[in-house]
Amino acid sequence: MSVVEPLLSVRDLEVSFRTEEGVVPAVDGVSFDLAEGEILAVVGESGSGKSVTAMTLMGLTREPNARFGGTAHYKGVELIAASDDELRRVRGAEIAMIFQDPMTSLNPVHRIGDQIIEQIQEHEGLPDQQARERVVELLERVGLPRPAERVDNYPFEFSGGMRQRVMIALALSCNPSVLIADEPTTALDVTIQAQILGRIRALRDEIGAAVILVTHDLGVVADIADRILVMYSGRIVEQGTLDEIFYDPQHPYTWGLLGSITRVDRPRLRRLPAIAGLPPSLAHRPEGCHFRPRCPHEFDKCPEVPPLESRLEGRPHHRDRCWLSPEQKRQLREVSAGQIGLDPKAGVEANERRSGAGRRA
Amino acid sequence: MAIDPATELAHERPGARDDDAAPERTAGVGPWRLAARRLRRDRVALAFGALFLVLVALCLGAPIWANQIAHTDPYKNHLTQKIVVDGKRTNVVSLDGIPIGPTWRGKFFLGADTNGRDTAVRLLYGGRNSLKIGVLAALITTVLAVLLGLLAGYLRGLSDTVISRALDVIWAYPVALLAVALGTALSLGGLEIGPIHVSGDSMLIPTLIIAVVYVPYMARPIRGQVLGLREKEFVEATRAQGAGPLRIMFTEILPNLSSTIVVFFPLMVANAILLEAALGFLGVGVLPPEPSWGNMIGDGVEHILTGPHLAIVPGLMLVITVLTLNIFGDGVRDAFDPRARIHLEH
Amino acid sequence: MARFIVRRLLSMLVVLFLISILTFLIFNVIPGGDPAIRMAGRQPDPGQLERIREEWGFNEPVYVQYLKTMGQVFSGDLVSYSTQQNVIDEIGRRLGRTFALAIGAAVMWMVFATALGLFTAIRAGRVSDRLLTVLALVGVSMPVFWVGALMNYYLGFKAGIFPNGGYVPITDDPVDWFYHLIMPWTALSLLFIGVYSRILRSNVLDTMHEDYVRTARAKGLSERRVLIKHVLRNSLIPIITLWGLDFGAVLGGGAILTETVFDLQGVGQYAAESVDQLDVPPVLAVTLFAAFFIVLLNTAVDIIYAVLDPRIRLT
Repeated sequence: MSVVEPLLSVRDLEVSFRTEEGVVPAVDGVSFDLAEGEILAVVGESGSGKSVTAMTLMGLTREPNARFGGTAHYKGVELIAASDDELRRVRGAEIAMIFQDPMTSLNPVHRIGDQIIEQIQEHEGLPDQQARERVVELLERVGLPRPAERVDNYPFEFSGGMRQRVMIALALSCNPSVLIADEPTTALDVTIQAQILGRIRALRDEIGAAVILVTHDLGVVADIADRILVMYSGRIVEQGTLDEIFYDPQHPYTWGLLGSITRVDRPRLRRLPAIAGLPPSLAHRPEGCHFRPRCPHEFDKCPEVPPLESRLEGRPHHRDRCWLSPEQKRQLREVSAGQIGLDPKAGVEANERRSGAGRRA
Repeated sequence: MAIDPATELAHERPGARDDDAAPERTAGVGPWRLAARRLRRDRVALAFGALFLVLVALCLGAPIWANQIAHTDPYKNHLTQKIVVDGKRTNVVSLDGIPIGPTWRGKFFLGADTNGRDTAVRLLYGGRNSLKIGVLAALITTVLAVLLGLLAGYLRGLSDTVISRALDVIWAYPVALLAVALGTALSLGGLEIGPIHVSGDSMLIPTLIIAVVYVPYMARPIRGQVLGLREKEFVEATRAQGAGPLRIMFTEILPNLSSTIVVFFPLMVANAILLEAALGFLGVGVLPPEPSWGNMIGDGVEHILTGPHLAIVPGLMLVITVLTLNIFGDGVRDAFDPRARIHLEH
Repeated sequence: MARFIVRRLLSMLVVLFLISILTFLIFNVIPGGDPAIRMAGRQPDPGQLERIREEWGFNEPVYVQYLKTMGQVFSGDLVSYSTQQNVIDEIGRRLGRTFALAIGAAVMWMVFATALGLFTAIRAGRVSDRLLTVLALVGVSMPVFWVGALMNYYLGFKAGIFPNGGYVPITDDPVDWFYHLIMPWTALSLLFIGVYSRILRSNVLDTMHEDYVRTARAKGLSERRVLIKHVLRNSLIPIITLWGLDFGAVLGGGAILTETVFDLQGVGQYAAESVDQLDVPPVLAVTLFAAFFIVLLNTAVDIIYAVLDPRIRLT
């Protein structure tokens, strides 16, 4: 495996907010790398800290009541402590973001063309005509019909899916190296979802940008992610390649997530399994492993915070935060194996072979 | 379709927690409790709210001051009297019409007016009147505005058209002109609606005028809110149960207006007090010899050359009172709609 | 758009009509309102009263009187009961003063309110914000005539920095004209600055948390650009509509109190004096005049709103 300098390197990121109820730690020691051109999915439920992590990389969580720790190195710039000026240079031009709700993410009183031109002009200062041409070309690339006409429309004149495409066009307008997509399809219909995701992947293939895809939906992830980070309550509880996570998940939370995906090709279950309990209130977390109250396999080592490390032979990049030994995990996982199409006896390789080429389209 | 036994087993997670044994109960806190909590934390708003109550108490205690300390009443004029000031005997009102300034003593604590009356005594009695008018007018406005807003917003159709047009007319009428016109007309002849007779110099006249003038100010936002509320599912649900419009309006919609009402009320009192002052200034509010802050300011401005304290004293009192109401009202508004939202979920 | 304007004009006429009726009723129908008695002065004899009634038509039914008076309004023949002057002419004479006061104040308060509102919003929660908010609240709590009177007394009469009330037409001496209006403008603006700056502050704080502002920041735009092109632009829209309404109100003579205190002899002061003397024609005329402007600006504001906010479609 070649050792290439990662594009983005996050170490021990911490973000907390001061609220009426006290100090709330939203992100509690998150570390990961992002390689050039890879699609990294960050998966977790509400309150897991996944969005805050993504936003913090662009400095969008800088508020008077926010506190930060850790570092994020991108092309020689340290983003967490960077000055406002440095950040502004990075935003849009190097790291761009697609937000969750396209309805509210565009300014309703400005034309969409103007809103994209604004970003281009801020970073590149092109002559108006040239900027406008680029915008029309971008809109075409994201699949917007009649781009030359619609470039002068207002956001409310578009449907949700179209608006999201405009957001994608906006994000790509200055050829960024990293694209952060924060739940890009959550506010859209399922049918549009596939289109948008396909668009994102196609664009990654075309321009080679790395993508951080933040979502709560593993189904979305299964089609396009290269690697996955599973977050829970401010921490990464498991990380690995797509196959590793889907076919050899190590953390009980991941099992729960996978088990709750409805599958067309499996026999219908009488009741869709859900993870018991609720996510912990961010202000009052349990000591040690945060997942304890909801974990059916809790034992006496759990009050100690499990470190995020690889416990499997030969798979140093497949890490998890669970004290259980790999054998114990395999045993306990057997019980839920059938649901996720896993052959409990075989390992990752066997299941990789089983899945076939369909996924790697 | 046969069910894979493995999936059945999956539901019996060994050692799984019992869902019903919730570890901590998060007590549900309704919007009122939350607002009250937030208000309690707003020291400044509470302080000014308390100050307002102190001022009210002071004014209500007017008779005590008048009888025990100043030994006079608000109507008695001491034009020809002399009192001792700094050891000298001076006229309460000098020969060329200039009244004495504040003595900071029991009698004529804040000086006298051009009629030789004790300013401090009149200030407190005037405060009683102004506050009474202010609060009563605000109450009437609130009741009318809520009623009209509810009817117009919920019933729509003809009721809405008629009520909205009427509100438009009042709204389009320049406030001061309307109040002054009504004030003048009514203070002359009084008001006679059927069996109800209100004499021209009753304080009810300015009260009613102020109340009516401000109705559109509050009724329109309420109507707007009702328009939104009537589309909500819980209203539809009640309708499906067979409830009539009256019941829906008063049991479903009205409670949801309560936060708006609570926020508006202090501001309406403040506005009423200010309008009363304007009317008094123009001579059509509370009529002499009855004091009110409005007509005291009016007098003071007229005779400002003889002594600015005549205008400053009642004005300052009014400003402070209205200010306390505004600050407290602001605090109430903030308590119901706080700005400090933490954006954790994006 | 055209249909919208026509509809609004029609509704405007309806409102004006209703207002004229209301004014007429207030003075003529409310008990104790026999204009003949008022006009005759003290101790009139019955013959005098009858003559007055004949001459002025007070014997006729109310609606006839109303129609006659309205007819006079539009033909320009309206005559005051007390001064016998032509009311319309008098209004024309005083128009410039009222306009000067209104326009100057409106510009002043808008500029200061925007600056203050934006400043306090940016520094929300800090000492400067709290201090300025209290100041704004003080501004809102002060009766305009009281402030005006005190300003007049201390700055005009005693210190002599500013003139002691009165008005100088711009055609006579522009500098003096301006000089005479500074205090009235300030007194009138204080109230509005207080109100508007706080509304703007509230709007700006709301807007700053909108998603599209986050997008704007994510684009790498400078903070200043984000504030002006995105935050302020969107926050001002509701303010503009309010401003239009208040501007309409003072334009038509709604600044009665300010005009009176500074003795500007404007349209509003005319109305106040007429009311005092129970002189109906000027009151009627001024009321219609003022209402006309309020409703006109109301309509204009709705149109401007649609221009500023493309989501609003005028039907």
